[in-house]
Amino acid sequence: MLEASTIVASMRANGLSKQFGGLRAVADVSLDVHQDEIHAVIGPNGAGKSTLINLLSGDMNVTAGSIVLDDRDVTRFGAERRARCGIGRSYQKTTIFQQSTVYENARLAAQAHSKAPLKIFGDVVSDTNVNAATHDALERTGLTSRADTLANQLSHGEQRQLEIAMVLATGPRIILLDEPLAGMGTQEARKIVELIASLRKGHAVLLVEHDMDAVFELADRLTVMQDGKVIATGLPQQVRTDPAVRAAYLGTHDGAPGDAA
Amino acid sequence: MTNISIRIWLVPLALLAIAIALPFVVPKYYVQFASKALLLGMLAMALNLVVGYGGLVSLCHGAFFGIGGYALAMVTPKYDPVSLWWSFPFAVALAGFAALIIGALALRTRGVYFIMVTLAFGEMLFFLFHDNQFAGGSDGAYINNKPEIAIAGRVLLDLDKPLAFYFVVLACLVATIALLTMLVRSPFGHALAAARDNERRARSLGFPIFRLRLIAFVISGAIAGVAGYFSAAQFGFIAPQTLGWHVSATVLVMVLIGGLRSVVGPLVGALVLLGLEEVLKASTEYWKLAEGLIVIAIVLFLPNGVRHLLTAALGERKDESPQDVKAVAKVEHA
Amino acid sequence: MDLATFGVQLLNALQYGMVLFLVASGLTLVFGILGVINLAHGAFYMLGAYLAYGIAAATGSFWLALIGGVAIAFVVGLLLENVFIKRLYGRDHLAQVLLSFGLILVLDEVRQLLFGKDVHSVAPPQGFGGTIQLTDNLSYSVYRLAICVFCLAMAAAIFYVIQRTKIGMIVRAGAENREMTRALGISFDTVNRYVFAVGIAMAALGGIVVSPVSTVFPGMGDSMLILSFVVVVLGGIGSITGAAIGALLIGLTDTFGKVFFPSVSSILIYVLMAAVLLWRPNGILGRREV
Repeated sequence: MLEASTIVASMRANGLSKQFGGLRAVADVSLDVHQDEIHAVIGPNGAGKSTLINLLSGDMNVTAGSIVLDDRDVTRFGAERRARCGIGRSYQKTTIFQQSTVYENARLAAQAHSKAPLKIFGDVVSDTNVNAATHDALERTGLTSRADTLANQLSHGEQRQLEIAMVLATGPRIILLDEPLAGMGTQEARKIVELIASLRKGHAVLLVEHDMDAVFELADRLTVMQDGKVIATGLPQQVRTDPAVRAAYLGTHDGAPGDAA
Repeated sequence: MTNISIRIWLVPLALLAIAIALPFVVPKYYVQFASKALLLGMLAMALNLVVGYGGLVSLCHGAFFGIGGYALAMVTPKYDPVSLWWSFPFAVALAGFAALIIGALALRTRGVYFIMVTLAFGEMLFFLFHDNQFAGGSDGAYINNKPEIAIAGRVLLDLDKPLAFYFVVLACLVATIALLTMLVRSPFGHALAAARDNERRARSLGFPIFRLRLIAFVISGAIAGVAGYFSAAQFGFIAPQTLGWHVSATVLVMVLIGGLRSVVGPLVGALVLLGLEEVLKASTEYWKLAEGLIVIAIVLFLPNGVRHLLTAALGERKDESPQDVKAVAKVEHA
Repeated sequence: MDLATFGVQLLNALQYGMVLFLVASGLTLVFGILGVINLAHGAFYMLGAYLAYGIAAATGSFWLALIGGVAIAFVVGLLLENVFIKRLYGRDHLAQVLLSFGLILVLDEVRQLLFGKDVHSVAPPQGFGGTIQLTDNLSYSVYRLAICVFCLAMAAAIFYVIQRTKIGMIVRAGAENREMTRALGISFDTVNRYVFAVGIAMAALGGIVVSPVSTVFPGMGDSMLILSFVVVVLGGIGSITGAAIGALLIGLTDTFGKVFFPSVSSILIYVLMAAVLLWRPNGILGRREV
């Protein structure tokens, strides 16, 4: 919304590291993600995937390395400024506002990216642009019929959909998804997978996910992390057969499709 | 549609009518008491913008209240009244400025740090006025003549008359309620509540949390200054103790009694607490002991304010008004 | 300022800072482990001083006052935790602030009932009343020196207990990981109760040891509470080492501020606090990222 939309969105991380006391949660990770592409990051628990997303979204400060958004260094930007540059993210643990309706949740997200997000005059319900963006996000995520439901009345799957609707309502160009399928049944997961697939067009999507079926269905490119480091990256077929990955990841963590936590 | 809007306006209009009729039916002492109560109610409502809607427990609003009063004391000449037209904006701006500086520093912190830092800065202002002679030092400062509301030399309202004073205060109160209601319903108010309920999420949506909270803090401090200005005018006197944190904490009690999720709740809380104090003072020498025990009891048994007591007593279902910001998350858990 | 005067001021700063540390470490301990912010902490400092006055006046012995005052505060702490404070665990900060504010009102009236509102002084214990001659015209109170030594010993004891003993390990585990405390098979309730009582006793102890060198007056608790908060904000919450650093910084700032900048000395420590907030919002030893 802030940048000319003709630029093809891309995000690049160079040598990203994050140190927690003695623990190096993310160590020298470089990767990139481009518009019209889904780049999945997988790895066993504790590999540093969520930390990586937190570094990219600005929720955490990097210890070393840089993050570039369309040739612009955003490493020093805080989370709110990165969000306004077009980076949207979802959380592994659902972070919707439980006491508000579905519509109010999405509207809040749309409001954050409107022309005057902190407008003091005028009722919150009356901004037509914000309302349009809200309707659009609910439509795309299939939540229109649930608009007036309180968020805490939604099923787990619907809450995850709302989580993504809020990301969409901010009109992002880069979308970071942190385990969007976590704790979901197959029926519900199906919907979300289709939703994520539909995001590919027009967005650059970075997906962290445990569900291997979904990952191999969705990913255009795949990066495997272990102990904070990247051990393989490339096309899904290449990575699947990579001996290092088989040994280090698929061997220890039962890699059989469909065993997501 | 019209039916609903009539019903929504019915209660406030009835209350306003009562407030307007009040000074004509009660003795003068109670008119003055009512003015005092409304001003403290205004202070409590201002504080609640930060505490209830912002989720920030501030312990320095007594200082902003006191600064409003001191500003009036310092610009009032010894033998003449000062013009309200400029002394009032000056007092409000000074209180708002103090809130800007303290807020900018205190909002770098969270939770319990915020409480301690606001408390400490409030005490700093107390010492500033207590230890220096420019505002009367520990004895406080006198305002010998109430500010004057005049146009071209003609006095429009004589604030020395309790009745006139009462109506000016009532007008300010109505304006405050209107302003706060508008704020709470605006995009700004919704963003503020979102930051309270889940700061991290609000931040990642792109809301500038620091600026958001600072604006709320400054507005709140400025309204506290309005209340302080008139309070000092009413008593013709301002003491450094007004800036101290006991005042801030007492106003917080009013907020809790009235309920955190409503604009006018704290006003009700102020009336309840002041009424209670009057009764206690009249009946026991150790009224502070009783008040302390009552405060403790309220915290332990009525965490949601007296509104809950009323609904429980009347056996009514809790009627959540649609304009209330819905989130009921607790204020910043430990 | 010659060297001897400087030395005297330095001792003053140290003595002031050490007492502050004693009181503030009680506050930071209670917050760090119980997660409760206790505004009534200063009231116990005040009560300690009044207890010292009352017991010393009745028995004529400062030592009895010291032991008796601490014991009474400890027992009162146990009682209060049992009746009120334990209902605050997990409640929001507003509830904690207001409950402890109510406690202050109650404790103030209790003080009023027991001791009145007069200002008192307490005689230093026998053998500590004299002064030490430093130079020809400069002397230093023996009792003030004794406070320094006593508080240093207390600080050493606190650090030893926290760092080296099993109790300290439990306390540290409680501060960092409540689950772990449970896993160790220790009743969390018991730990809480004793930590709160010890915290209160430390505040009272502070009030008792300063009673012979400062006047005993009703408002002393309030000013001590604010100072303790500033100490905690400076040092970082829950950190005993941070409390020590913060307390010494305030002792130095206040003492030398009065010497060099007498007109603004009362707000200097707040300027210091503002500077630390700009530099490290979570305190000098506070965690940077939460």
